[in-house]
Amino acid sequence: MNNRPASPYANPHLAGIGLGLVLLAAFVVMGRGLGASGAFGSTMSWLVNLVAPTHAQANEYFQGYLGDGTTHPLKAWLVFEVIGLATGALLSGLLAGRARFTVEKGPRVSTGVRLVCAFAGGILMAFGAHLARGCTSGQALTGGALLNVGSWAFMLMVFVGGYAVAWFFRWQWR
Amino acid sequence: MMTPLYKYGYFGDEFSLIAAFVLGLGFGFALERAGFGSARKLAAQFYLYDMSVFKVMFTAIVTAMLGVTYLGWIGWLDLSLVYLVPTHLGPQILGGLVLGVGFVVGGYCPGTSVAALATGRIDAILYALGILAGTFVYAEVYPWIKDFVNSGAMGQVTLPQIFDIPWGLVVFAVVAIAVVGFWGAASIERRSGGNP
Repeated sequence: MNNRPASPYANPHLAGIGLGLVLLAAFVVMGRGLGASGAFGSTMSWLVNLVAPTHAQANEYFQGYLGDGTTHPLKAWLVFEVIGLATGALLSGLLAGRARFTVEKGPRVSTGVRLVCAFAGGILMAFGAHLARGCTSGQALTGGALLNVGSWAFMLMVFVGGYAVAWFFRWQWR
Repeated sequence: MMTPLYKYGYFGDEFSLIAAFVLGLGFGFALERAGFGSARKLAAQFYLYDMSVFKVMFTAIVTAMLGVTYLGWIGWLDLSLVYLVPTHLGPQILGGLVLGVGFVVGGYCPGTSVAALATGRIDAILYALGILAGTFVYAEVYPWIKDFVNSGAMGQVTLPQIFDIPWGLVVFAVVAIAVVGFWGAASIERRSGGNP
């Protein structure tokens, strides 16, 4: 998108304070934290309802997002928050010269294999986030700050799960 | 003025969507600034040469935790009105494990994948499509796993409540663990030679 060299990333503690203040603002303004995975639930429910409305409306999961049909499934808090997320990230990326079309991978893995892994990782993520009732944003970050019991158990297990399999996937990253 | 503003009726559902967008702007900006639009940077956490995921997450948790504690103490924030996700230990432990594996395999979590695809990362687009596909499969198998997902219900419960320890003491302990963790993370990075 542009050719100037990318700026270095922010100091992690500075970025963390910024992220923490946004989270605090969400608590103060809305009485809820940040999230992400719920927006994928809304999007999928909307898509299935477009293609196969009878099927979507007979499914308990999709029905939860579709409601009584009076409100558009995409008119949801997390959908608007995630649109903001994408906009904010693009803005930061453009300002820093980091927005560009590329594939994130280590030097030893082909683009095709990396893309298959990304897709597979997304499927696992969807299951993990649904079982846990939230992802890294809605559970670990939000619930972490609120000292939520389930969130802390979840967060510890994310690191356990990640470190447990990291060795087997190191060819993808290094 | 008492907060949360939305819960005290300062604005309605329509304005809450604008608030969602604005909060999302800050969320996405902070994630990209931290480098979380890059799967390599995120995955590095699991290979110990860049502990940014831990540092950013724990700094954010400590910041927001101290914020709600202080605002609650001076009486500006009614913490009982801030939504807590109900605890179901079994499913959340399994979910965390599966999500951790998905993080290493795919390189992102849902929020960071959106930050990454917005800045042009093709792998993040595939990852997000994977989340949608996984969500579809989950919805289809939901009737069979529903009992497990809803098992072990403990309600909306915090660490101070479950261990019967004062809130302030848990806050102090989390800050202490974070400080030791930051020191540990920095020394691990030095030992592993830092980010190549």
